[in-house]
Amino acid sequence: MTENALHTAGRQAAATATGTPAGSASTSGAGTSTVVGPPPGTGGRPPRPTLGRRAVAVADSLWRPALVLAALFAAWWFVAAQEYVPNYLVPTPGQVWTTMTEQWSELARHTLVTLYETVLGFVLAAALGLAAAVAIAYSRTLDKALYPIVLFAQVIPKIAIAPLLVVWFGLGLTPKVILAVLIAFFPVVISGVAGLRSTDPELLDLAATMGAGPWRTFRKIRFPNALPHLMAGLKVAVTLAVVGAVVGEFVGASEGLGYVLLLANGNLDAPLLFADLILMSAIGIVLFVLVEIAEALLIPWHASRRAGVSLTTS
Amino acid sequence: MTAAPARTGTAIGMAGLTVRFSTRRSQTTALDDVSLDIEPGEFVTIVGPSGCGKSTLLKIVAGLVRPTSGEVSLLERPVRGPQKEIGFVFQKAALLEWRGARANILLQAEMRGMDRTKAARRADELIEMTGLTGFEKALPHELSGGMQQRVALCRALLHAPPVLLMDEPFGALDALTREQMNAELHRIWRETGTTVVLVTHSIAEAVFLGTRVVVMSARPGRIIRTFPVELPAHRDYAQVMSDPRFDRLATDLRGLLGSAAANH
Ligand SMILES: Nc1ncnc2c1ncn2[C@@H]1O[C@H](COP(=O)(O)OP(=O)(O)OP(=O)(O)O)[C@@H](O)[C@H]1O
Ligand SMILES: [Mg+2]
Repeated sequence: MTENALHTAGRQAAATATGTPAGSASTSGAGTSTVVGPPPGTGGRPPRPTLGRRAVAVADSLWRPALVLAALFAAWWFVAAQEYVPNYLVPTPGQVWTTMTEQWSELARHTLVTLYETVLGFVLAAALGLAAAVAIAYSRTLDKALYPIVLFAQVIPKIAIAPLLVVWFGLGLTPKVILAVLIAFFPVVISGVAGLRSTDPELLDLAATMGAGPWRTFRKIRFPNALPHLMAGLKVAVTLAVVGAVVGEFVGASEGLGYVLLLANGNLDAPLLFADLILMSAIGIVLFVLVEIAEALLIPWHASRRAGVSLTTS
Repeated sequence: MTAAPARTGTAIGMAGLTVRFSTRRSQTTALDDVSLDIEPGEFVTIVGPSGCGKSTLLKIVAGLVRPTSGEVSLLERPVRGPQKEIGFVFQKAALLEWRGARANILLQAEMRGMDRTKAARRADELIEMTGLTGFEKALPHELSGGMQQRVALCRALLHAPPVLLMDEPFGALDALTREQMNAELHRIWRETGTTVVLVTHSIAEAVFLGTRVVVMSARPGRIIRTFPVELPAHRDYAQVMSDPRFDRLATDLRGLLGSAAANH
C-alpha cells in the first residue's frame, strides 16, 4: 500500500478539520487585568475529525491506488482470457478463484502455518532487536563491540544461511522462525538505536535536575521519544519476516505457503501458484496494517500522524 | 528579605570559574574567572551579550556542565553532579511533545516520586496562575512559543524548589504577557523567599526583578560589574517603570552593555 499517499491525504483532511475559534485565556496579573487571547491557530485542541470526514479522507486516499489495481487486474484478465499468453503460464482470474475455493481448506492450513512462523519470528525479532538497541544506546562498550558486528552481519546474505539452518534444525518450525528473526532483526536494531540516540540532550539534562534515575528517564523520556523511529523499523521488519518464513519453507518444509509454491511450481500448476502468491501478499498486508494500527494508537502525537487519517485508524 | 527561615551562608557560591570548550575545530573560552556569591533569598539577574556564557554559568550551578577550573557550591554543598534541589527553566522550553501541558508540568512530580494528589493540586494552581487554563490537554505543538515557556515555568515551580535557575524564561513572550509574568514571578519570589538566578536580555526585566544585576562581558565571559538595585523589595510594575532610580540604573546598564558588546 502506498503509505505516503495515505499520510498526505490525512494531512489535507486535518487542515480542513482544524481552525475552530480559540478559547481565550485570561491571565491573572498583579495589578493588571488585561485579557490576553492566545495567538490564532493554537486554540485548545483541534477537534477530532468526524467519522464522515474520516471516511471521505480514506476514500480520497484509496481511489487512486484502487484505480491502478483495477487497471492491472483488467489487463491480466484480458491477456489471460484472450490467451495472448498460454493459460498454463498465466491463468485467468476465474481459474485462480476456482482453485482458491476448491482447495480452500488446504490453503488455509498452509497460510496459518506461514502466518504463525512469521508472527513468531517478528515478535522475537522485535524483542531481541529492542533489547540490542537499548544495550547499544546505553553502553559505550557494547556500542563499540556490538554495533559494527550488527552492521557487518547485514552483509551476509541470510537467505544463503537457510540450508545450513535446515541441516542444523531439521524441517520443522525452528529454521523458519530463526530465518525470519535474522532478517527482521536488523531494521529493528537500527531504528531503535537511531530513536534512542535522537533524544534532545536538553531533555536528559532536565531529567537529571529532577533527580530521576536511568530507568525513569528511559521510561518517561527516551523510550517514548524513540517510538516513532522504532515503529518505522517495525513496519519494515514485519514485511521482511514474511520473506524469512517463506524462504525457510523453500529450503525444506512439509507445509506452509512456501512449500505449496514449490509444489505448484513443480506441477506447472499456474492457478495454484497465483493463489499462493495472493495469500502470501495478504499475510504481509494484514501484518503491516496491524503494525500501522499499533503505531496510530501508540504515537498519535507524532508529526507524521497528527490528526492524520490513515487507512487503518478509521 | 522577607519571611526568612534560618538562612546562613550562601545559597550559591562560585569561585574562579573558568570553562573552556574544545571542539575538533576550535577552542572557546566561555567563562573566565567568574566569582559570585549569592545569598539565600536573593534575586540575581544576569545580563550580557549573546554567547558570553550565561547559559553555561547556570548549567554549571545545576551540575550539568563541569567547569574546567574553579569551585561551585549549592546550598553549602559542593556541586559534583546534577543537582536536584533546583528548578531549571531552559532557554528552549524542552517539553515532551507527546504530553499535554498539564502532563508536562506533572513530569516533575513523576520523576521525583512526589505525592500525586498534592502535585495535581499544585499543578492546577500554577496553570491558573500562568493563564494556561483551557489548555491543560494541549500538546506542545498546539501551544504558542510563549505558552510553551509558561508550561516550562510551571514545571520548574511545581516542587517549590529552594533555588530557581532561569535561562531567558520569558524570551518568547509578547511584551504585555511578559510584564504580567514578571509581576507574577516577583510575587512568587516575595512570598516564597526562593533564591532566583535569572538570565535575560531585557534590561527592564533585569532591573524590575533583581535585587542585584550582574553584567557580563562578551566572550570570554567575565563579570564586569554587579549593581545593587535600590528599589523596595515589594515592587509594582507601573511604579517601578516611572521611578527615577529605575531610569538611572537602566541607563547605566545600557551604557555598560553597549561598550561590552563593542569591545569584542
Ligand atoms: N557544549 C558546548 N560545546 C562547545 N561550545 C559550547 C558548548 N556550549 C556552549 N558553547 C560555547 O560557549 C559560549 C557560551 O555559550 P552560552 O550558551 O553559555 O552563551 P549565552 O550567554 O547563553 O548566549 P545567549 O545569550 O545567546 O543564549 C558560546 O560561544 C558557545 O559557542
Ligand atoms: Mg543562553
